[in-house]
Amino acid sequence: MHGTGIQSFGAYLPRLRLERAAIIEAMGWAAGLRAGKPQGARSYCAWDEDALTMAVEAARDCLSGHDRSGVASLVFASTTHPFADRCNAGVVAEALDLAQSLRTTDGAGHQRAGVSALLDALRNARIDGQQTLVVAADRRVAKAGSEQETRFGHGAAAARVGTGPDLAAEYVAEASLRADFVDHFRGAEAEYDYAYEERWIRDEGYLALMPRAIKTALGSIDARDVRHLLVQGPQRFATAVAKAATIRAEAVPADLHTECGDTGVAHPLLLLGAALEQAQGGELIVLAGFGQGCDVIVLRATGRAPAAGRGVSGSLAAGVANRDYVRFLANCGLVDVEWGMRAERDNRTAQPAAWRRHRDLTAFFGGQCRACGTVQFPLARACVNPQCRAFDTQDPVQLAEKHGRVKTFTEDWLAVTRSPPHVYGNVELEGGGNVFIEFTDVRPGEASVGLAVRFVFRIKDFDGVRGFRRYFWKATPVRN
Amino acid sequence: MASGIRDQVAIVGMGCSRFGERWDCSADDLMVEAFTEAVADAGIERDRIEAAWLGVFYQDQSVARSGLPLSFALRLPNVPVTRVENLCATGTEALRGAVYAVAAGAVDIALAFGVEKLKDTGFAGLPERTKGTFEDLWQPGFTPPGAFAQLGAAYAARHGHSIADLKRAMAHVSWKSHENAVASPKAHLRNRITIEQALAAPMVAYPLGLFDCCGVSDGAACAIVTTPAIAASLGKRDMVTVKALALAGSNGVEMGHASWDGSHTLTSRLAAGRAFREAGITKPTEQVNLMEVHDCFSITELVLMEDLGFSAPGRAVHDILDGRYDRTGAIPCQTDGGLKCFGHPVGASGLRMAYEIYTQLLGRAGERQLAAPSIGLTHNLGGIPNRNVASVSVLGLHRG
Repeated sequence: MHGTGIQSFGAYLPRLRLERAAIIEAMGWAAGLRAGKPQGARSYCAWDEDALTMAVEAARDCLSGHDRSGVASLVFASTTHPFADRCNAGVVAEALDLAQSLRTTDGAGHQRAGVSALLDALRNARIDGQQTLVVAADRRVAKAGSEQETRFGHGAAAARVGTGPDLAAEYVAEASLRADFVDHFRGAEAEYDYAYEERWIRDEGYLALMPRAIKTALGSIDARDVRHLLVQGPQRFATAVAKAATIRAEAVPADLHTECGDTGVAHPLLLLGAALEQAQGGELIVLAGFGQGCDVIVLRATGRAPAAGRGVSGSLAAGVANRDYVRFLANCGLVDVEWGMRAERDNRTAQPAAWRRHRDLTAFFGGQCRACGTVQFPLARACVNPQCRAFDTQDPVQLAEKHGRVKTFTEDWLAVTRSPPHVYGNVELEGGGNVFIEFTDVRPGEASVGLAVRFVFRIKDFDGVRGFRRYFWKATPVRN
Repeated sequence: MASGIRDQVAIVGMGCSRFGERWDCSADDLMVEAFTEAVADAGIERDRIEAAWLGVFYQDQSVARSGLPLSFALRLPNVPVTRVENLCATGTEALRGAVYAVAAGAVDIALAFGVEKLKDTGFAGLPERTKGTFEDLWQPGFTPPGAFAQLGAAYAARHGHSIADLKRAMAHVSWKSHENAVASPKAHLRNRITIEQALAAPMVAYPLGLFDCCGVSDGAACAIVTTPAIAASLGKRDMVTVKALALAGSNGVEMGHASWDGSHTLTSRLAAGRAFREAGITKPTEQVNLMEVHDCFSITELVLMEDLGFSAPGRAVHDILDGRYDRTGAIPCQTDGGLKCFGHPVGASGLRMAYEIYTQLLGRAGERQLAAPSIGLTHNLGGIPNRNVASVSVLGLHRG
């Protein structure tokens, strides 16, 4: 009998990290004491990233080196889904080209949504053994000069839950405790959180609720045996909770405030990934989500944390710190930047055309000719190879995980982009195939003919008129 | 095997408006300006025109769709007017329609027209447009300079040139066109520039700086074509005939197949080969006396010198710097200033090129006149390097 637990995990943090000192420099005059200490940096999305694109990247990391066909269910937890009425998990599933029979669910509405989704996935796996991919991502926007502006980060984490011999962590126990405790809230029509006093939240929220839930979950397990206490919230709260729950203070890890900030719904899963990267076999982990109550999951590390992908440590290390506060505001949509008359172009999406080619566009599939073997994008009725040109000989082939080499490129200062210059060009794929494609996360001067690139899922265009956004894949430098 | 149209059609009249930012002119004004010159040149009555082809690229920007804008502007006598569009090869495509109609014997006299009113958009550069419902969903949001800039790094890498050397040759291309435009009264940009100015200009799309990019202009150009016999009956002694009109269109290879390396324009090579065969030209470097090529960007003209067979592979940089394509060089290129300085009202450009060749062959080019040229070439590259249509025409002088 195999156990149930976490089979693999993945993470994604945007490459952009704003040094908090830059926030204080710019906003200290207004923020005063709220600004806090200018420690470390916080992660934030590039103009073409949102919770959904980050979720896709974390999921790819989680699935890296693993067979995707066993995933039976996908939950995408976030409080910042780009669509209020369109299954966001469905877009993630499409981007990953998961099975057609997949169940897709958006988990939303509160900060605990990521841990809750994980708890449900573990429950379902115990019932029917089916595999669930839990993805959590948040891109919370805070007012300039607010405490949240310095505290928040943008990021995503994913965990593959199932039953089997190769678990990274095994399920031990769980407990839930509901409480409509309003530490903060965001109205359905609001852009920003409204938060209350931290001391009250600590005393009446965390300390009154969480130790109880932990105690219930641990049952007969001695709290002093817990080696990792992963609490959703600031590290000082976690330390207080540890003390109240008689868990050793050393069990509380760094909360990643210095490296990326609080990534919201994703953060407990990010902490879990970080713990699993360190944990020895047999170590007990308590994961405690917080948000209108608590969900507590007790896991036992197996010491077999697979490291096929980038993981949490790789995601943290991939950050590039900058002090460009105004660009940060622009990426968050907090300054109204003039992009010129060219930006007035109507980006209406022809949905029937998008649906006809949804697999090609969202999962980045091309065609491979059965007659001559040529890989091509887009898949077409006739083969592009001038020596072949056969009709209806192409099988779909996924290009998203291939690497490529820059054949031509430019840095275009005239084209519309929210991060000039617009870099794009022709890329030759490993194993054949050529694609004319936009680049992202590339600095001026970084592109060159022959540069090795991989592909990432990003926002292609915003349709401001209709409030729609469309996604496609972009080339980005391979950086190792 | 078809024998082609060599010398079956003569150009008996041409007109070209002044190109530029013609704020006070509508497309109708530009069309009338070019047409008035052409009918006077041809020495015919307007009503002898039996069919017309109108080339417009930016539909709904310049004029409305169909051939009717031309029919209305010139009050043509209800003749068939066909609107054609083939990206930046539109003007040459209009000429091709008119020439083929005469060559086929369908009509005696036909009119080819190209017009573009670009400066009504209210912003600099070319208007934004959709690339197609599916293409918009994945193709980069490129601009023309960005698309053509792709040639730069790929060409430099392919032939082992440094970007600095390439930039110097590109600067020479633009410097030369500005020099030529000074003596070209209808040109849009008639100022001299220095090589240093071009090199120091702000970057538009790496490696293209401001002076590597052609102007965005309003303008119209047209040609009246007929048979050589009718031309003779109209009293034409020295006569310009069409020796070849060739087109080649991309089929996706450049964008989707590894065989294209990004450093050249595949279709230009194909169109040039077809045109030279039709025209009976076996040694282009010796037989062609001048050319007007699609210098939408300096890098385009540079790679075209190789694609059209005038420079050996990788040698265009040196030939350009040696002055081979200057007005005083072996094969002058863009004697009127080219797209760079004469201007680029898209639909009119192919016919503007023909207008300069026609003017030079007939010895009417004034202070920029070359010494007795007899064969001239025009070339358009419509689209972008990895998806385009190339047109090449060869015009020749028959002395009466």
